[in-house]
Amino acid sequence: MTTVETATGPAKTMVLNMGPQHPSTHGVLRILLELDGETIVKAIPDLGYLHTGIEKTCEAKTYSQAITLTDRIDYLAPLSNNLGYCLAVEKLLGLEVPKRAQYIRVLLAEMTRIASHLVWLGTHAIDLGAMSVFLYCFREREEILKIFEMVAGQRMMTSYFRIGGLALDPPAGWLRAVDRFVRMMPGRVDDYETLLTENRIWMARTQGVGRINLEDAIALSMTGPALRAAGLAYDNRKLFPYSSYEEFDFQVPVRTESDCYARYMIRVAEMRESLKIIRQAMDKIPAEGPIRTEAPGIVPPGREKMKTEMEALIYHFKIFTEGFSPAPGEAYVTIESPRGELGVFVASDGTPKPLRVHFRTPSFVNLQSLPKMVEGQMIADVIACIGTIDIVLGEVDR
Amino acid sequence: MAENSQQSTAVVAEHLRAWNPKAVESVLEFHGEITIVVPREFLRAAAERLRDDANLQFNLLSDMTCVDRFPAEPRFELNYHLTSISRREKVRMRAAVPGDNPVADSVTSVWPGAGWMEREVFDLFGVRFNGHADLRRILLPDDWEGHPLRKDFPVEGQR
Repeated sequence: MTTVETATGPAKTMVLNMGPQHPSTHGVLRILLELDGETIVKAIPDLGYLHTGIEKTCEAKTYSQAITLTDRIDYLAPLSNNLGYCLAVEKLLGLEVPKRAQYIRVLLAEMTRIASHLVWLGTHAIDLGAMSVFLYCFREREEILKIFEMVAGQRMMTSYFRIGGLALDPPAGWLRAVDRFVRMMPGRVDDYETLLTENRIWMARTQGVGRINLEDAIALSMTGPALRAAGLAYDNRKLFPYSSYEEFDFQVPVRTESDCYARYMIRVAEMRESLKIIRQAMDKIPAEGPIRTEAPGIVPPGREKMKTEMEALIYHFKIFTEGFSPAPGEAYVTIESPRGELGVFVASDGTPKPLRVHFRTPSFVNLQSLPKMVEGQMIADVIACIGTIDIVLGEVDR
Repeated sequence: MAENSQQSTAVVAEHLRAWNPKAVESVLEFHGEITIVVPREFLRAAAERLRDDANLQFNLLSDMTCVDRFPAEPRFELNYHLTSISRREKVRMRAAVPGDNPVADSVTSVWPGAGWMEREVFDLFGVRFNGHADLRRILLPDDWEGHPLRKDFPVEGQR
């Protein structure tokens, strides 16, 4: 290689600033890349461009008000965040959620997983030059968002899961819409696979790229599809079941190659497993039954009760004016969000506002392994690696 | 399952005590979650033990965060949420850190994944970690003044 003489001697490496306004960083991630030619010597991620202080804001809200903030952490999987937060507060309060609400939560959480994986697949493919997949993925995601809108009244910032159950009963006929989607989707997943799985360019761009061995992955606290692609069947839904997941029959896809291609295969397989769970949940959800647990002073009473009982009206007023005060203590709950292990830590000091709310977000923790994945690889592989970790910057920076 | 894990988590404290009785200050239980409080001096040693003991194997650091109990002292409380993948178990390790000298040992040598988590606690709470190779702010700009998640840092308005 010809060397370039600079004032300080022959130039060895150069530092390239990637982002924060780079389209393939999926938001505002900045990476400093030290390059030797096209090979990466060192990669230093620089975060915080989307830091909005959500954890601090939570401390100034009541427990119920903070739910709306959780949507905005991972804006591609709002219902997963709602679920994690609600489970943590419910644990703090010792609340049991009715089965009907639990099954509806499972169904919608799996819908969220598919929607999130679709955005991931579309954007990851477009980063690597496969344009058309993006359009197909967003077409199907739209169908999921329509179902969310039907159920919660919102396409994205749903805030549908509430402490003790759900915000409102799903509308009549919503399961027909789910059924249509579940029938349509397997064929569509086949279509994506036709476009990518044996596509030679796709394979060349992803196979053997971004390898990380299992020991390093565990040491770096990596979770989710990336850890499962490294050969470990670590899934919170199986290991530490929540919201009645133990009653569902599904597989945890595992591969051992631990490269970008394996992570792609895992996520595609997960979409199919999620469809299986949704089908089972559709059969399990009882047509009638409570969607919120009975907990006066914590869970708002039903409309009918409020109109007829004085006490219910008082509770309703108190819940929305001053909130409720859990006993002092802490709760930590982990769920399997589309991106990996989402942990929610809630600490109470016995006042209506949380002492501390902390979100252990999978994007933040998984991103830490990016340098390990890309060092020694080519610069074009950085794009594949960022895509394959599946980060959402709202979740990284909070 | 819940009952099972409770029993065995109490065993976790016993294993730690058997190794070094001074390493366990107290064991708390709340809603089925076990918290092992360790003295600040034993933080790294206890972490190593929790990971390496064949009966414990807490090889995954799920999360690490801090709680500010201002104006109480010791003010900061570090919470490490550990998972043993092979034994399907979770435990919380806690250490108290005083406000006038907010320093603790880094556990990055035990779980490298603690690197960014400790940087986040340093950034938002101002707790320093001895032995951390790269203790810089992570979310806020380098020239930011103060540590926003401290209770004496206002949510809005002028500082």
